[in-house]
Amino acid sequence: MLDRRLIENWDWILLLLLLLLAAISIVNLYSATYQIRNMGGSQIFVKQIYWYLLGFSVFLIMTTFNYYKLLQFAYPVYFASVALLILVLLIGKTTSGSQRWLDFGPISIQPSEFVKISIVLVLAKFFGEGDRYHEYGWLDLLAPLFLIGLPAFLILKQPDLGTTLHLTAAALSILIFVRLNWKSVAILAVPVICMSPLVWFVLKDYQKARILIFLNPDMDPLGAGYHINQSKIAIGSGQFWGKGFLHGTQTRLQFLPEQHTDFAFSVLAEEWGFLGSIILLVLYLFLVLWGLNIAKAAKNRFGSLLAVGIVSIAFWQIVTNVAMVTGLLPVVGIPLVLFSYGGSSIVAIMASMGLLMNISMRRFMFSDGAGLPEK
Amino acid sequence: MKISNFDPVSVRIFNTRIRNATLLVLALFIVLVIRLWFLQVVSGPVYRAKSEHNRLRLHDIPPVRGMILDRNGNLLVGNRPSFDLFVIPEDVRDRSKLLQDLQRLVCLDPQSAAQRLSASATVPFRPVCLLKDMSRDMLAIVEMYKFNLPGVVIKVEPGRHYVYGDLAFHLLGYLGEISEEQLDSGQYPDSKPGDMIGKSGVEASWQTSLSGLRGGEQIEVDAEGRKIRTISIRLPGSGSNVCLTIDKDLQLTAQNALAGKKGAIVALDPTSGQVLALASSPTVDPNLFVGGTNKTIWKEIAQSNDFPLQNRALTGQYPPASVFKIIVALAGLEEGRIDSREAIFCPGYYFLGGHRFGCWRKQGHGRVDLHRALVQSCDVYFYQMGKRLGVDRIARYARMLGFGKETGLDIGHEKDGLVPTRSWKLKKYGVPWQEGETISTSIGQSFMLVTPIQMATMISSVFNGGIIYRPQATKWVGKSEANKDHEFAPEVIRKVDITQAHLEIVKKALIGVVNEGGGTGSKSRFVNFTVAGKTGTAQVVGLKKDESGSNKYIPVHYKDHAWFVAVAPVEDPKIAVAIVVEHGGHGGSTAAPIAKELFQAYLMRE
Repeated sequence: MLDRRLIENWDWILLLLLLLLAAISIVNLYSATYQIRNMGGSQIFVKQIYWYLLGFSVFLIMTTFNYYKLLQFAYPVYFASVALLILVLLIGKTTSGSQRWLDFGPISIQPSEFVKISIVLVLAKFFGEGDRYHEYGWLDLLAPLFLIGLPAFLILKQPDLGTTLHLTAAALSILIFVRLNWKSVAILAVPVICMSPLVWFVLKDYQKARILIFLNPDMDPLGAGYHINQSKIAIGSGQFWGKGFLHGTQTRLQFLPEQHTDFAFSVLAEEWGFLGSIILLVLYLFLVLWGLNIAKAAKNRFGSLLAVGIVSIAFWQIVTNVAMVTGLLPVVGIPLVLFSYGGSSIVAIMASMGLLMNISMRRFMFSDGAGLPEK
Repeated sequence: MKISNFDPVSVRIFNTRIRNATLLVLALFIVLVIRLWFLQVVSGPVYRAKSEHNRLRLHDIPPVRGMILDRNGNLLVGNRPSFDLFVIPEDVRDRSKLLQDLQRLVCLDPQSAAQRLSASATVPFRPVCLLKDMSRDMLAIVEMYKFNLPGVVIKVEPGRHYVYGDLAFHLLGYLGEISEEQLDSGQYPDSKPGDMIGKSGVEASWQTSLSGLRGGEQIEVDAEGRKIRTISIRLPGSGSNVCLTIDKDLQLTAQNALAGKKGAIVALDPTSGQVLALASSPTVDPNLFVGGTNKTIWKEIAQSNDFPLQNRALTGQYPPASVFKIIVALAGLEEGRIDSREAIFCPGYYFLGGHRFGCWRKQGHGRVDLHRALVQSCDVYFYQMGKRLGVDRIARYARMLGFGKETGLDIGHEKDGLVPTRSWKLKKYGVPWQEGETISTSIGQSFMLVTPIQMATMISSVFNGGIIYRPQATKWVGKSEANKDHEFAPEVIRKVDITQAHLEIVKKALIGVVNEGGGTGSKSRFVNFTVAGKTGTAQVVGLKKDESGSNKYIPVHYKDHAWFVAVAPVEDPKIAVAIVVEHGGHGGSTAAPIAKELFQAYLMRE
């Protein structure tokens, strides 16, 4: 359990960043759902507080054990989460045509959020335990690519293109941090890149529409183009200082779609302006860089790669969401990490942040017998 | 600080990668910051102006629902303008006052209206429909006070119109507001809350084709919410029309014949399986539901003991009674258990295992062969034949002729009916089959249940050379007959495995039922052409009564169900009918005259 040295090494900066982000998220949701609440809608920001309380509890639990112990649980956790994904496809709840949720009475969970962590865990184990002098060639990469591909395929079947892409990007980012034989990676990458235009034919009509809208926003101002236009108006009209808390007209008049989830950032940008947006982005930047720092300071390869994976989950979600709501990327339906409303997302990300804290706390500790086998 | 698990080379590589990753992260964040700077500071004033003048609204333009026609192109279901009252929540100044005013002016229920308004609270600029299809008087009142009712908008939208009221209600179906489960199911991707969709019948089965594609317009409105100009528009794609195989006049005749009774009529074209009429009584006028379902009316209909919403033609399950003798006769001939020349003496009863099974004619029929047994519907003859065959052989022929399984009509839901067998009974009740049950099965009683549409399919196949067609009610779907998307050809399910000679023997007997002295179906006789048919009187209570009509004085709900199935003209079959009248008494006296009316209407027009 926690001994004194661990408490001394408690990572206050990481905790402070998380508390700040949680506070901003809740305040922003208060505003985003103000209108719905006034008309008798649900108390979404209160629910978010509960989710954050649960999230911080999970966060604390995740720091109580040595993260080494996870090595032996990596595969069971991975396959359990894949089983949940299969369960979703079999008995999942269907909302608006896609099957993403498992219903447990009063709450429903979205297993794809938890799968992200389990993939990172299993990849960190795979590369963390490998021969450290080894340069990974394309044959060595088949197994990890299968580990990524299986859940990615299952999530694509739901269908949830946004999460599939995000999960793939986050998992592939880990590969950058291991010793790859670049020539052989090129052998693998070139055909994939050449084939990628074929993806177009797999996409659903609404997904194609979003990409076409992105290329030409004025094509369909009534349908798919409407949301992104309204989001840009919301963000832009915030100007430098913002319109003030609860004074965003776009938000108030509900011009924004999904303004408590995917477009929550637009609400902040409208009411707090460029200044508020930059403060939030800087907090995120600190979080990411601090996470990379933890990876660098970790005492072994498993810890480093696990930290890198956790950071890349958060990082790609931040970049794609903000790029999406500002019109730099097509609308793919990715919420903003730690900021948008969503129970599964908050709990999952807080669990991963707990692991990051765990790695950070134990950065000075020697291998305590349960360590990696020396090769 | 890598102690044990990193070698120097790896540490160097890893640290380089971390540095590169940091640079990438910084670069991407800078891109985002630049983008935000561009949107919020450089173009900020432009977007601020846009948001202040953001009075762009999306209006739906609902598509015009397709029409439903009868086989001759007569309009059965169309559209007429409906004046609907909408409220734009955002523009309402004092909601409770508005609802009070509306209650005073047009008797709007303030509670359900408030519920509807809250339900769509997330999009306050989207109009919420509170009242559909207002009467002229209501319209005049609302128009008069409109100045004092901010937020109220009257829209003219196409409303469903069932031209002949309750005609073919069970086949056509009705419209209702889409439910939340239906919206979530993803089966109606183009639908929004408040849309009317088909809830049953043709309206539901052809929902996708009928509904068409939603259009929309982006309009600019002034501070009061009034439209200034249209910015862009996407025209709706109107729905396809559906042409049915039913004949409006025949349908009307069928419904009039059933008026005031409970029962069903199915008329098929025996050479194609096309449904010429499909009536179920009592019926409902779907125009009642057009303006949104009124709760009191709905309750009254749904809770009525007469079950007017039930489509008896497809889901009414009745014992086939003496009509079933057709199947026993065919089975007996085909299995070699009946010789058509063999005569049997009917004393008016039959003893088996100490139990007395009576013939409907107490004094007996005397010596009867197969022909006379069918013509006069002698029970004793069929008791004996049924015993020779055994229930499982009978069941095989019943299934072959379409009983025990839904016929596969393209509209609506059917019941399977029930064809009992030995193994079925053992499985269901855990008791072996009794021979006495075979006796009552052979005159279509005991457990046997059939639906009117199965009966119509069965009698069609006897007269079309043994072909079981899938009944079809849809002729074509598309813009017009010349420009149609789908057309439906007759679909043969199977050819029954019965020798033509045996079919001829039975056909001859069924002609006799209508045309010979002592035949039970004489009330459907015509001079101009030959009708063939079979009567049936299905017991409701346990006792087999005298079919001659001595049950006149018993209460209606204990009276027997009257059956008649018939085909005309026999030489060139054009129409096959199955008629059931619940508690109608004797098939020959109640149901057979209805067949005559139907043949008159269909074959002797002009």
